[in-house]
Amino acid sequence: MLDDFFFRAVLAGLGLALVAGPLGSFVVWRRMAYFGDSTAHAAILGVALALAFDLSIYVGTLAVAVAMACLVSTLVARGQAMDTMLGVLSHTALAFGLVAISFVPSARSDLNGYLFGDILAVGRFDLALIWVGAALVLGLLILRWQRLVTSSLNEELAMAAGIDPRIERLVLSLALAVVVALAIRVVGSLLISAMLIVPAAAARGWAGSPERMAAVAALIAAGSVIAGLYSSLHLDTPAGPSIVASAAIFFLLSQAFRRG
Amino acid sequence: MRDLRRIGCRGAMLIRAEAMTIHRPGTVDPVLADVDFHIAPGEIVTVVGPNGSGKSSLIRALLGQMGLAAGRVTRQAGLRIGYVPQRVQLDTAIPMTVRRFLSLPTRVTDAEASAVLERTGVPGLGARQLTQLSGGQFQRVLLARALLRSPHLLVLDEPTQGLDQPGIVAFYQLIEDVRRQTGAAVLMVSHDLLVVMRSSDRVVCLNGHICCEGTPQHVSGAPEYRALFGAEAQGMLALYQHHHDHDHDHAHDCDHTHHAAHSA
Repeated sequence: MLDDFFFRAVLAGLGLALVAGPLGSFVVWRRMAYFGDSTAHAAILGVALALAFDLSIYVGTLAVAVAMACLVSTLVARGQAMDTMLGVLSHTALAFGLVAISFVPSARSDLNGYLFGDILAVGRFDLALIWVGAALVLGLLILRWQRLVTSSLNEELAMAAGIDPRIERLVLSLALAVVVALAIRVVGSLLISAMLIVPAAAARGWAGSPERMAAVAALIAAGSVIAGLYSSLHLDTPAGPSIVASAAIFFLLSQAFRRG
Repeated sequence: MRDLRRIGCRGAMLIRAEAMTIHRPGTVDPVLADVDFHIAPGEIVTVVGPNGSGKSSLIRALLGQMGLAAGRVTRQAGLRIGYVPQRVQLDTAIPMTVRRFLSLPTRVTDAEASAVLERTGVPGLGARQLTQLSGGQFQRVLLARALLRSPHLLVLDEPTQGLDQPGIVAFYQLIEDVRRQTGAAVLMVSHDLLVVMRSSDRVVCLNGHICCEGTPQHVSGAPEYRALFGAEAQGMLALYQHHHDHDHDHAHDCDHTHHAAHSA
């Protein structure tokens, strides 16, 4: 079955969905949407560097995404005007990434693939990497769940309980960087944050507890992957954007039938 | 109920600070200078002072969340503190029931959760979302969560902000009940001068240093206190004397014996 490119694409998407739901919930809870954007946009710069130095694009995107995540975390800790700073960083990273990639002739034709993903070209190695990476991040989130939720809810309450919110912030930043690197083949640099935020935002209306929201978000993300890939197959639409479009439809439905 | 009489001035203090000086973060600008402070088991101590007088810094330093520029703070070994920070603003993006909130970050059983909600006067709220609570209910839930660790000391930083007058009175009544039932000491920062005066064993008046401290009656009569709080304090004194005609003439902070009679 793994020989079928479509089946591999579905599995890759589901692996990403599994971790995008819970991690995306934290992005929504902590209002880190722009943070996700800047990390994801930085990934393009990582692609350019990887191609220039003949590295795996996973290594390149992970390195640049981690660097960006650390930079942003440091700036947050210093209390800079965050929305402006992230807006600058996010688009700067994207612009420099696109400029850098233009110097790598072999990559110019694939640019679309890096911006919007090329999930139908996912190979066995990509698939294994996505599932291992997703399992590691998910494990990390589950292991630190109580601490992460407490410090997302209120940093002072967390500190009073002996939790260092800076460490939890760093954990989430690194998890985000890993997921961005994994997702670049699936939905591409421009749509990764959508994959994180949209299912979690859709789950918000149907969940009474943080655990439920994370689980529902993962389900919605999985549903979006399947719906998006099938529509892509039958309507010949681009796969990554179709996945995000499906998630957006889930979001609209959730707004129409909100529980509370 | 604990016999509060046996708590002497020389007994082991829960927290003691000596000659504590704190600087504004990143500067050498002192927020608090040369402050001595202590709190004994079972005592209700309230810190009053104008905005920017260093009240929250005092609390944070006593809790060990803030570095000292000089002096030292000693906490009793194994001291369990239940802390309700100032202006807890919860992120409304997180769906959170009261029951789930009580299990953060340490999980508690359903029985413990419902018992503590009962004790703080908000029974049966477990299934409610935090965002659906009134200000008074939310403060009680925060207090409930702080009580779950069976603290020796409750620290409340402006716990009644945003409550109306009846809500404030009811909340302080609850604090007194909790102290009576559990024997926990209570350290509060407050703006509600009148209610503070009625429900504290000792009041510390702060303005960058300790201006005056002692029993509520002593402090409300002190010229430093009146200078800080002006007309409000004058009116308060009159009210206070009107409401409290029982014996309160210990002008020193070491005397807690009146309290056993007070809460009996």
